[in-house]
Amino acid sequence: MTHVRSLASLLVLTLMPGLTVADVGSRLWATGGVTTIEGSAGGGLVPMAVLSGYASDTEWGGTASLSRLTTDGYSFHGAGATVSAFNRVELSVARQTLDLDTLGASLGQDELAQTVYGLKVRAFGDLIYDPLGQWSVGIQHKRNTAEAISNAIGSRDNTGTDVYISGSRLFLAAVGGRNLLINGTLRATRANQTGLLGFGGDRNDDHELMAELSAGLLLNRHWLVGMEYRQKPDNLSFAREQDARDFFVAWFPHRRVSVTAAWVQLGDIAGLSDQQGPFAAIEASF
Amino acid sequence: MKIILAVLTSLLLLGGCQSPAPSAAAGEETLYNALGERSGIADIVEDMLYRIVEDPRLADDFRGIDVARFHRQLTDQLCHLSGGPCTYTGRSMEEAHAGMNVTEAQFNAVADHLVLAMETHSVPTGAQNRLLARLVPLHDRIVGH
Ligand code: HEM
Repeated sequence: MTHVRSLASLLVLTLMPGLTVADVGSRLWATGGVTTIEGSAGGGLVPMAVLSGYASDTEWGGTASLSRLTTDGYSFHGAGATVSAFNRVELSVARQTLDLDTLGASLGQDELAQTVYGLKVRAFGDLIYDPLGQWSVGIQHKRNTAEAISNAIGSRDNTGTDVYISGSRLFLAAVGGRNLLINGTLRATRANQTGLLGFGGDRNDDHELMAELSAGLLLNRHWLVGMEYRQKPDNLSFAREQDARDFFVAWFPHRRVSVTAAWVQLGDIAGLSDQQGPFAAIEASF
Repeated sequence: MKIILAVLTSLLLLGGCQSPAPSAAAGEETLYNALGERSGIADIVEDMLYRIVEDPRLADDFRGIDVARFHRQLTDQLCHLSGGPCTYTGRSMEEAHAGMNVTEAQFNAVADHLVLAMETHSVPTGAQNRLLARLVPLHDRIVGH
């Protein structure tokens, strides 16, 4: 009986114009990932094929984010903003600063800074509905303001451009009924420590292909846990580099908000060995 | 020896009594049960419909439809897809959505309302995801026609 009555009131509702305001973009929870330290949507270190925010084919949206990472020798601060349209194209800008807590005095400079301008285009596919997943190509143009230190350690340029291709796929109910997010990225780059230490060097001065991987499990639509792995070039004999990795937990208390915590291992940075530490980021989607 | 035998037989007997009545494929039934069987699915679909008609992304397309019919068809369809003993007697997805030019945004919006409705009815996350996985093949038949 209640059933019939509520169906009748539903009928009335279907005859009236829509009354409430649309939510932030339509894509499913957490499918915009979070913002990488270089500004593009992905995890913390590795970009993904997904575009930032929640914009679907008829929508646009964007994000703003802040991040922080501290290791023994350094503290890193990032700020990023993105705009995405029609689940097709993402524009991003990120500002990175690296405080030289330990090295500052000896190098006569307290911080390195870099701005990264990014463009990512979904080439084809879909994260969920295409069995081949979603494939995007991206470009990151980086300009750092660290000429003095770059010259001191022997990097060749203060600007550089990375080009990458990413494939991502969300497998529904893949592990114990939980959704599994898998991503692979191939990047051509000559950046030293993402560019904060300049581009190119005595050991190598060309773009090289680097593999980056990430995997995350959505425990439910609020919690994503996972890890990332990122190869880095090793261009400078003065400042050798190793690959980076991290383990992360991202919390989406609301569609529009995420808070990420991670443990990041970056290897040696500018001569200081085994830099690792906690990473935290907050992000808002609109 | 006798004691062991006795324990073994009683265990076997107990096991026999506890094993579920023979039925359709167990995995299939779990999802249908987790959704609360047909009546649970009917409630979820009703909840979903309230959300749909209040959503400006969808309301225009749904205005004036035969609500009772839609409710019954979608309930039967989800019941069937979840492994329940229902037969879907509605139109094919291509036919039902022909000429609507359903967008990705609209499809995602419907999926989101389904998720929220399932959550309201305390369907566990794993079951929610399993149902979504079974809707994936319908995507290409619904969007863009
Ligand atoms: C998971 C996604 C969807 C499923 C499983 C689904 C399923 C169905 C089913 C079973 C029917 C009834 C067919 C019949 O009565 O013969 C139907 C009708 C309808 N669907 Fe969908 N649908 C989905 C998405 C959408 C979307 C995104 C729209 C957006 C506009 C939409 C709009 C409609 C409308 C307006 C009708 C009523 C058509 C009529 O009675 O003339 N559906 N759908």
